[in-house]
Amino acid sequence: MKLITVAGPPSSGKTSVILKLIECMGLPKGSVGVVKFDCLTSFDNLRYREADIPIQTGFSGKICPDHYFVSNIDDAVQWGMKSGFQMLITESAGLCNRCSPYINGIFSICVIDNLSGANTPRKIGPLLKLADVVVVTKGDIVSQAEREVFAFNIKQVNALAKVIFINGITGQGSFLLSKHLQQARDIHTLRDMKLRFTTPAAVCSYCTGETRIGDSHQMGMMKKMEFKEL
Amino acid sequence: MIRQDFITLATDLSIEDLLLEYPIAADFLANLRLDSIPKQLSLSQALEEVDEGILQEFGLDRFGVLRSFCEFMETFTPAEVSPHAVSSLTIIGGLNKSGEPEKISLTIFCGEIISIVGPTGSGKSRLLNDIECLAQGDTPTGRRVLVNGAELDDLQRFEMDGKLVAQLSQNMNFVMDLTVREFLEMHAKSRLTINAEQVVEKCFLCANELAGEKFLPDTKITQLSGGQSRALMIADTAYMSNSPIVLIDEIENAGIDRRQAIELLAKREKIIFVSTHDPLLALSADKRMVIKNGGIIKVMDISDTEKQSLQAIEELDNTMQILRNRLRDGAQITLDLLKS
Ligand SMILES: Nc1nc2c(ncn2[C@@H]2O[C@H](COP(=O)(O)OP(=O)(O)OP(=O)(O)O)[C@@H](O)[C@H]2O)c(=O)[nH]1
Ligand SMILES: Nc1ncnc2c1ncn2[C@@H]1O[C@H](COP(=O)(O)OP(=O)(O)O)[C@@H](O)[C@H]1O
Ligand SMILES: [Mg+2]
Ligand SMILES: [Mg+2]
Ligand SMILES: [Zn+2]
Ligand SMILES: [Zn+2]
Repeated sequence: MKLITVAGPPSSGKTSVILKLIECMGLPKGSVGVVKFDCLTSFDNLRYREADIPIQTGFSGKICPDHYFVSNIDDAVQWGMKSGFQMLITESAGLCNRCSPYINGIFSICVIDNLSGANTPRKIGPLLKLADVVVVTKGDIVSQAEREVFAFNIKQVNALAKVIFINGITGQGSFLLSKHLQQARDIHTLRDMKLRFTTPAAVCSYCTGETRIGDSHQMGMMKKMEFKEL
Repeated sequence: MIRQDFITLATDLSIEDLLLEYPIAADFLANLRLDSIPKQLSLSQALEEVDEGILQEFGLDRFGVLRSFCEFMETFTPAEVSPHAVSSLTIIGGLNKSGEPEKISLTIFCGEIISIVGPTGSGKSRLLNDIECLAQGDTPTGRRVLVNGAELDDLQRFEMDGKLVAQLSQNMNFVMDLTVREFLEMHAKSRLTINAEQVVEKCFLCANELAGEKFLPDTKITQLSGGQSRALMIADTAYMSNSPIVLIDEIENAGIDRRQAIELLAKREKIIFVSTHDPLLALSADKRMVIKNGGIIKVMDISDTEKQSLQAIEELDNTMQILRNRLRDGAQITLDLLKS
């Protein structure tokens, strides 16, 4: 089974791109499954179901969705193998910009949209920096020049990435992405494989339920801001 | 330069000198929050003084920074010969929606304008898609698109990196919060344009010529009218974009001099496809493709008779423009206006 990880900021067009991608790969019905990692709620399962695509959704709730991803991804792979998929695609919403769900040797796609501001690519971090392919959506509503500036800013953080423009509504561009996926390799398990990037150290008192504010309530890994005198 | 050579920029040159010679390196430092490292040292020396913790936030160690630096410089050093040089495009027919072959093989050269006509749903956008992804018999139509007479393998298709085709349509807007000048300067920078100042100026003048109503360099791009935006997009595509192919999907009511606009693009040695229902645009092309039921049914040269009627169509179009302007100004429409 091939495993593909897709990640990107909320509402960037991940589901739209995955649906168009699956449509254009033309694999037999039921041979591609999706696992969605989300935080609180998600309506994506309805859209996948409508397209007859087997879907599992998990909610991370209190913890960072990417931490949640790592702790569940191998189980997801086992589910995919048991279901007899040829391909399993994971969709996760990167929220903290600091984490990324990419695994060494596993094909990784970052989806961002043109509307999120020209400098956004320079702020996203590992989510963008470590992706194999960066998909840019919503190019149908901005000018060619803005698309080019956006692609330039992506290259600034991920010089080696392939940048593909996809229209999430019409599917234009998804064909080239499907071609890239042919490089994805077959796997049976992820055991002992490694994340491309450490997830943030986050074991402070607030991680474990503290709500009170002030020095005396802060314990564990803390990073304090430096305020300079004017 | 190859990657090995870039490493000498990080070891042998002070950051000061590096920035003088390669201003874009400032972006590399800013992206990693390294903008305040001591500039009299070389990058590799200066890194010794940087807290590894900060680098780790970016998933890098000192060596990783140097490697990223080389990749960055390699990506942003303009290639001496453009890898995307396209002098011709050949479209070889596939199958229409009923599976019947399109009997066609058409070669189009730089500077040529091809219009694409046909009913809604007939497959005009599909054809533009086939061109954009350089179909090699692997899309639903089975068409093949050759560049400079040759088939491309997947690797070459990927290498194009989305830079082959520039697009323009009625639905596109500007979303950045910049003035016209800032916007053009930013685009010029991203294109690594030499003589950026002159190109920006040229682009600005040209956009104003195409637009019905004039605008200033200090106007915010988001405040431009539909016509002004379209004019700026076309001028920008002509002078700043390096994509050799331009796909135009329906710009009928753009409020700009449409004929002059596509001729400008053609003069810049681009290959232009215009999907349109507009007689003025269709006849301003060199050839037109007629699409029906998903297939190209014929390619027509623009006949002399058609070229002659272009004049009359242009007058009709001007008349419509006058009517539109009068409506806008709150004036009355009279029959006399139609007789000119
Ligand atoms: N105009 C335009 N809209 C798009 C495009 N791609 C996606 N959208 C729209 O953007 C919205 C969000 O798309 P989704 O595919 O749900 O985004 P997502 O990243 O899966 O969102 P979450 O999973 O909720 O984080 C939807 O309304 C899509 O129709 C595009 O290329 N152009
Ligand atoms: N030769 C073909 N074979 C199969 N499907 C086709 C073919 N040409 C067009 N189509 C499909 O027909 C539909 C309508 O085509 P489209 O290009 O959107 O039409 P238009 O832009 O002319 O309105 C699309 O789903 C397209 O993929
Ligand atoms: Mg989604
Ligand atoms: Mg169309
Ligand atoms: Zn996180
Ligand atoms: Zn915490």
